[in-house]
Amino acid sequence: MSGPKIPGTPVFTGAYAQKGYALNKMCYSLNSAENRAAFKADEDAYCAKYGLNVEQREAIRSRIVAKLIEAGGNVYYLAKFAGIFGLNVQDLGAQQTGVSVDEFKAKLKSYAVHNDAVNAGRLSNV
Amino acid sequence: MSNIIGSISASHIPAIGGAIAKGLQHDEYWKPFFDGFPPARAWLNARKPDIVVVVYNDHGLNFFLDKMPTFAIGAAPVYTSEDEGWGIPTVAPVPGAPDLSWAIIEQVVADEFDVTTCQEMLVDHACTVPLQLLWPEGWESIRIVPIAINTVQHPLPSPKRCLAFGQSIGKAIRAFGPELNVLVVSTGGLSHQLEGERAGFINPEFDDLCLNALINKPELLSKYSSHEIVELAGSQGAEILNWIAGRGIVGGEAREVLRNYHIPISNTASALQVLEAV
Repeated sequence: MSGPKIPGTPVFTGAYAQKGYALNKMCYSLNSAENRAAFKADEDAYCAKYGLNVEQREAIRSRIVAKLIEAGGNVYYLAKFAGIFGLNVQDLGAQQTGVSVDEFKAKLKSYAVHNDAVNAGRLSNV
Repeated sequence: MSNIIGSISASHIPAIGGAIAKGLQHDEYWKPFFDGFPPARAWLNARKPDIVVVVYNDHGLNFFLDKMPTFAIGAAPVYTSEDEGWGIPTVAPVPGAPDLSWAIIEQVVADEFDVTTCQEMLVDHACTVPLQLLWPEGWESIRIVPIAINTVQHPLPSPKRCLAFGQSIGKAIRAFGPELNVLVVSTGGLSHQLEGERAGFINPEFDDLCLNALINKPELLSKYSSHEIVELAGSQGAEILNWIAGRGIVGGEAREVLRNYHIPISNTASALQVLEAV
């Protein structure tokens, strides 16, 4: 069900799935080692083969996650593209939030103060 | 008539698979997460499930946007993993239980859930990582029925629909002829978000609400839309839909045997919850 915009949260709706189809299909193909090698050997040819539009090709060239998302990319498929460069989801998170990877990890860790309360089931009123 | 012994719900973060491959279970970062599993396995080993119904979401291994089922039920004799693109090792094939798969399919379609049936189905980390955590020595003793819920492309099914879907699956299992012990494994979550300016979002309060509600008040989660779930749990926190469906399968009353909630593993509030049907 759709709803009001959630701040800072791209929702992968049908419109994005349609817009990003070629880009996501290319990323999905990178499940295969052979395809990853083909991408690395000739990125232009590989992107052309999957019919990326100008915005998507530029987003791939930029390696900027926000641009890839705006071009219709879905993070589950983009993760396969990021994997080519050995980037994990903390690297992606840091880039999207404009902080260093260490700062991003520290932010994640800051939530750990709630671990005991959740293990005791007493952080919510249910 | 088969017996549903309960459920084990666990995060399925790919990095866990990497940590297992590298033997990092006692590493300072990983230990608080992995320490939840020996007691879960002790509970499991005392109950000896024959079949495990795994409720999970595919991340672009078996399903792509060309065909994206809302609910898909595996009906294969064996399930294999494959390269997912970013380096976690594949695992041994997992035997299927097509007899139970078809019994479930018959029941859920009779209950008006129009599912996709899969006689070939690759299973990704979301199915295999929890199996590795629960059967680290191998899974020769079990057969599985994997059930995939779309948490990738919106619109996602509602929590209410997932709960009802699970209840229908539970009905099928309880009516299933051989006297077998069936365990539910639901995977994913809890709160996390990988993309956007809100990447890194975690919501411990909502996670606590979900864990508490799942014990015996899962209908409390039915009041949310899937869009509200994304707002409260993060984009990928929508994987709680798998847990809700899993709780529907168990049905009736349950007792929480153990809970291990730990932030952070990768970008995620990791969790393990064992519920025993009572």
